Amino acid sequence: MAYYIVRRLLIVLLTLWVASVIIFAMLQVIPGDPAQLMLGINATDDSIAALRSQLGLDVPLLQRYLNWMSGMMVGDFGYSYTYGAAVGSLIAERVVVSLPLALIALTLSTVIAIPVGIFTASRRGTATDTTAMAITQVGIAIPNFWFAILLVYIFAISFRLVPAGGFPGWDTGLWPALKSLLLPAIALALPQAAILSRVTRSALLDTMAEDYIRTARAKGLTAQHVLWHHALRNALIPVLTILGLQFAFLLAGTIIIENVFYLPGLGRLVFQSIQRLDLMVVQSVVVLLVASVILINFLVDLAYAWADPRLRREG
Amino acid sequence: MKNALRNKNFLVGIFLTGFILAIALISFVWTPFDTTKLIIADRLKAPNLTYLLGTDHFGRDIFSMVMVGARNSIAVAFFAVGIGILIGVPLGCWAAAKRGFVDELLMRSSDIIFAFPALLSAVMITAIFGPSATNAIIAIGIFNIPVFARVARGAALSIWSREYILAARASGKGAVRITREHILPNITNILVVQGTIQFSLGILAEAGLSYVGLGTQPPDVSWGRMLNEAQTMMSIAPHMAIIPGVAIIVTVLGLNLLGDGLRDLLDPRLQRER
Repeated sequence: MAYYIVRRLLIVLLTLWVASVIIFAMLQVIPGDPAQLMLGINATDDSIAALRSQLGLDVPLLQRYLNWMSGMMVGDFGYSYTYGAAVGSLIAERVVVSLPLALIALTLSTVIAIPVGIFTASRRGTATDTTAMAITQVGIAIPNFWFAILLVYIFAISFRLVPAGGFPGWDTGLWPALKSLLLPAIALALPQAAILSRVTRSALLDTMAEDYIRTARAKGLTAQHVLWHHALRNALIPVLTILGLQFAFLLAGTIIIENVFYLPGLGRLVFQSIQRLDLMVVQSVVVLLVASVILINFLVDLAYAWADPRLRREG
Repeated sequence: MKNALRNKNFLVGIFLTGFILAIALISFVWTPFDTTKLIIADRLKAPNLTYLLGTDHFGRDIFSMVMVGARNSIAVAFFAVGIGILIGVPLGCWAAAKRGFVDELLMRSSDIIFAFPALLSAVMITAIFGPSATNAIIAIGIFNIPVFARVARGAALSIWSREYILAARASGKGAVRITREHILPNITNILVVQGTIQFSLGILAEAGLSYVGLGTQPPDVSWGRMLNEAQTMMSIAPHMAIIPGVAIIVTVLGLNLLGDGLRDLLDPRLQRER
């Protein structure tokens, strides 16, 4: 197990490093000079040159990359000139919106999907099962941002139950803050729940076809007992993998959903910074998002290997 | 053929996909109204007998816009899938034929691309190179490359281990010829199924990008673009937002069902009652 972890960890670090190079390189080809853009068309050459050196744009590429990387190692994410603040503190401000949003959405989708998956698998072939599966097919096809617009129309504009957008901040109290995250979380969660319930159902059905399930049934256990005590545990392994992958979807989904609801989260920060050509913010936030995806997949892999010793040999 | 008529997923899928495709094709020769003409007097009309699906804030007929939008949304998804297949499949076949270092390199690079949330990178790419339908195609297409490379590699590897490949090699055929004559024909089915799935993901991605203003640009029409314009009109003209969304759902649903149906029909080994 130790060998497996070290091997995977090395791959994770390598992946992270290559990802950082790709992101850095991609942002170098942006047409337009950030300094020129910030100062406007009336700026003198001197003031542009001065801002360029202040932004650190006059140092050679490699040096700039190394500065950025070595800063990140010690938690210094650089300085944003369009926001006039350290990127680190910008991220800290926004992560308290995006992370709870993604976590609420993930919890919602799990809480809905796993019972639906178990229920339909145990009533396979019945009208309930067919109807539920038809609903999930439609659920997968729904774009989450369209669903979000619809939710805003019904619950914020028609019934005025929740705010249509914006975020009051956590210091206004838990309920007002949670209330403004509720619709975005539901919009993110439902399409994911549709996928997850289908995965749970088919994983359970696969497990129920195994020999040891037949043995358990043959020795006189009820179908329900076998489902809950024997099949469920094994079926949850693929479900866990999908959950890990969904976290990446949820992170990416927040970019669009945060724009629908005007939520000051990481997605909106990236989006606005790209438009303002604030490279420091974009590259740091994107690296952070990519790193969290890689890290979560690593943890899922570990959980997988822990649950199934056969996987440790392969790597 | 008999099986196809019995497969419900396939039937519903081909009907919905065919319907949307027909609408898109008809839009080239005929739409109820001209979508480039603005009739301000008739703006924000709810669905009625003249304007079957109502009008938008410029007085454009939404039914006609859905038809023209179908064309653009499908084109973006189609070319994005095309990029994925044209680059991904040869890469996957190459890795499967060569194994070793090439294979390892390809798999690790696709791991890296998969670590980027696709939408986030698509937003970055379109923002960097400028928002346009072409850049949306490239951005979505890049993420289709590793998907097709992996699927092609996996399928090709299983064919390479067959005995008739050994026979082909013994008769002196090279890797390129074996790939062309034996591998490709045998992995086409799997690629078709994957292509359908990627197509539906492409429709969703185009809609998302155009919705945030990074895909199709006005005056061109796409479903995502229509949703973008509908959002501020939501309280007075909800039909403007509902209709393009339904069009997206019908298309994606149709493609997904078609994909499921094709998988059952083309690969009998996978056929199981689920």
